[in-house]
Amino acid sequence: MLNITELLEQLKASPYEEIHITVPHTGHVSFTNIQPGDVVYGPTGAWKDKPGTQLAFLDRERNPKPICASQKGVISDVRRELDGSFVEAGTRLVTMQHALTREEVVNRLLRHSLHLFNAPERAKYYFVPNVDKKIRTGGVRSVAVHDGMEVFIMSRMKREVPLAYSGPGGCIYEVYFKHTDNVEAGQPLVGVCPPDQLASIEDVIMRAQTEWQEE
Amino acid sequence: MDRSIEKHLHALTDRLHYMRDIFGGAPNDNVALLQSKLQEYRERQTWDNQVDPFADISNLEDLFAFVERKLEADLSPMDKVRIVRHPQRICLRDILENVYDNFTEIGGQDEHSIDPGMLIARAYVTRRRGKKTFHQSVMVIGQEKGHGEDFRNGGSVKPWGNAKALQYMRVAETEGIPIHCYVFTPGSFPVEDYPGAAQQIARNIYSMAGIRVPIIAIFSEGGSGGAEAIGLADKRLMLSHGYYSVISPEGAAAIEGRLRGGERASPELIAHCARYQCITAQDNLQFGYIDQIIQEPSLGARPHHFDFFRALRQEVLRATDETVLAVRGAPFFRGMAARRRRTAENLEEYPVRWGLGATDKKRLVLRRQKKFLKLSRFACVDKRAFFTKLFNAWRDMWRGCWYRVKYDFYRKHQRTISFILEEIAAEWLLVKARMAAPFKALRWGKKPVPDPEQAASDLMALSHWVEDNRIRRWNYLSPRYKIDRTLTCPNAETYGCLDLWGPDLFAEFAGVCSYCGYHFPMEPEWCVQNVFDTNSVFEFNTDIEAGNPLNFPDFDEKIQEAQERTEHKSGCMTFEARIDNIKLVAAMLMGTFRGGSVGAAEGQKFIEAAERARENRQPFLAYVHGTAGIRIQEGTHGLIQMPRCTVAVHQYIESGGLYVVLYDTNSFAGPVASFLGCSPYQFAVRSSNIGFAGPGVIKETTGMDIPPKYHRSYRALSRGHIQGIWDRRHIRANLKQALLTMGGRNLYYR
Repeated sequence: MLNITELLEQLKASPYEEIHITVPHTGHVSFTNIQPGDVVYGPTGAWKDKPGTQLAFLDRERNPKPICASQKGVISDVRRELDGSFVEAGTRLVTMQHALTREEVVNRLLRHSLHLFNAPERAKYYFVPNVDKKIRTGGVRSVAVHDGMEVFIMSRMKREVPLAYSGPGGCIYEVYFKHTDNVEAGQPLVGVCPPDQLASIEDVIMRAQTEWQEE
Repeated sequence: MDRSIEKHLHALTDRLHYMRDIFGGAPNDNVALLQSKLQEYRERQTWDNQVDPFADISNLEDLFAFVERKLEADLSPMDKVRIVRHPQRICLRDILENVYDNFTEIGGQDEHSIDPGMLIARAYVTRRRGKKTFHQSVMVIGQEKGHGEDFRNGGSVKPWGNAKALQYMRVAETEGIPIHCYVFTPGSFPVEDYPGAAQQIARNIYSMAGIRVPIIAIFSEGGSGGAEAIGLADKRLMLSHGYYSVISPEGAAAIEGRLRGGERASPELIAHCARYQCITAQDNLQFGYIDQIIQEPSLGARPHHFDFFRALRQEVLRATDETVLAVRGAPFFRGMAARRRRTAENLEEYPVRWGLGATDKKRLVLRRQKKFLKLSRFACVDKRAFFTKLFNAWRDMWRGCWYRVKYDFYRKHQRTISFILEEIAAEWLLVKARMAAPFKALRWGKKPVPDPEQAASDLMALSHWVEDNRIRRWNYLSPRYKIDRTLTCPNAETYGCLDLWGPDLFAEFAGVCSYCGYHFPMEPEWCVQNVFDTNSVFEFNTDIEAGNPLNFPDFDEKIQEAQERTEHKSGCMTFEARIDNIKLVAAMLMGTFRGGSVGAAEGQKFIEAAERARENRQPFLAYVHGTAGIRIQEGTHGLIQMPRCTVAVHQYIESGGLYVVLYDTNSFAGPVASFLGCSPYQFAVRSSNIGFAGPGVIKETTGMDIPPKYHRSYRALSRGHIQGIWDRRHIRANLKQALLTMGGRNLYYR
């Protein structure tokens, strides 16, 4: 269980995520007036409909396309030498540091420490009735799962197929899907925690939630 | 202190605060003087050194009245807006209590109502002649602002509130009692929940154009569509301190100053817009959009002005009497009497029964429709020469005669006439054969022998596909196809559309993204040239031009610029055309001309097109290339087009016409909430937006953030506003299909 504590310490030592802004296709680049150290913002609005801070324009065939910041962060590097030049698709333009939020840290810790059981294909998923009943009465952590146990119902185009859990036994710690939404193939459905590690994981998550300073 | 003096003082303090409020807190010497006098009086009273406090307070009250009269003389339009919005302003409940003798609120009570902003009551007035008493019922409908009650929403009525109003107008029609509408609204609440703000207002206006009982409207705060929803009346009275306007002065200032993202306009700009929009009762009386002004006390009526309520009662009853007498069979003497009583003290002694016979009702509706059609003709620039007009009138008369013979006589007796003609033709054939027999015998040569192969193929082969005159190549290409550039589809993020090359997109693809089907806006000419048969478009009334009737500053240049850029004289193009040889009349609102806004010229052209379609017995198509609403720089000249055009459409549909509306790009506000929204058959082109108010206005008026695709045509389709969404490339085929299925075989049902 050391590794999760270590991870938290690592994250504390460097509480940033580096984001590289690249161009989606070829074209001539012209930067806006941004400098290293500037704070930029990601999409805002209730529906994330207002685009983030504009970083550059990419012009192909006289079609200037704005390139905007995808997250809130501080600009660490701007490749000014590319200004006005023709670039290939995928060329990095700007690097920015995004300060991790508490929610993101907790998410990372959980993804790292839990066993994630992924969706085999794009479908809607439900819990089988007895598991669902248990979750309703005692919460998700009251459900113990083991390899080969039928836990989910995969529903696609009204055809419902039972789906068995595979992986180490333990209790369900986190549920990553909603029964109303489709889950893409390969996306996690649940995170399972071995019973002996439950206490320590809860402890680390608690620490992350109380100690993490958001900028 | 004497309780009664305290009461007087309290009232004076209230009056002082009111005065301060209505001048917007601006420093005013007169108000300062009153304040110091009042303060002086209070101090003297505290020291108890007054000889005759009652005489002093009476003097003070006289001084207040004097100053109020003085201030009244220099009220600006913006001051009047503040008067109307003040919580102390009279509201509908005050009127119900003081003007009518008894009333019962129906359709909900106070906050327990589907929309407390719309108040409906059955009320009655009692009139006495000698010993005889008359009880006369009316349906009172109006927006209730309350005195600052939150749940009333400031008289901003939601769609279901307007639906309730319409429901009870129908009740009044069934019961045959007059309707009194009191307009106290800053505007309708712009939500697109079922049935949609615009759609419901359109239904209201359309129905009011045909309601068969007298309607009297009294305007206090007439804000745009909300006012029109209950304002199409036989007589329109207006309180002297009210306003009647197409948009609030703040909204006009935001548009005029091109403010975005919650910026606030300066008070000077707002006052400037209020002045130039000509929103006061006096302006509207001069334009003819209201019939009469009811004088209020100095600085506006408040609930304690009982004399005002008495005057209001007199005027409302007189207006109802006059409306009834004007359409009765023998209105002469009593009509004259009603007019003479204008100066009389009491008209309760001359009761008039408000019931109408069937013929009177027809006359009433016709009178109302004519009244609205006549309005605002002067507000557009009509450059047609006198002789042209005379010639047009003469041609219309002959065309009218011809169509009357064709449809009213020939179509009615078609079977008999064709039977007689067939009989005559058969007789003639026989006579001809007999007469030609001797000459036929002399003819030489062989008879033509039918080709057996051709005969077999005619019998055995499948029928040929008859070309339906589909356009396979576009007749018109957007000039943008000449620009060598690529464009990004707005849905690229969602659907991963690749960039589109302009010359492809604007020529072959007809402005449609080949990955997701998004429709880029095209020019109005694209539709004219590509939807209708080649060379079938005949434009008329091109000389009716958009003008600047209110002399709005700098607006002449803007209109001129739009005219030069688009090569059209107004934002509405009216023409006759054919689709696969089906003749129709069309009116097109062009989004390229001042955003497709509708002013007096556009309204006039639309009305004349509807009348032409009615005369010609042809389907009427309103193709909305784009409309941003009513042209605010024309003020009420623009706003009045809502009821006017709806009346024209009502007449057209009631006479049996097929009215189809097709929305392209963006269609918002007034026109959608009246003459477009009232069509039973409305369609949209893909990627179009339809709604009542845009996102910015919704944010400003309601404080709500709306989802990004709130106005998409698919939402309008889901709530039943429109009947279908068409691909631009299939407009022609779909339109033909619509004309054939909805118009029937003769395209003129009934």
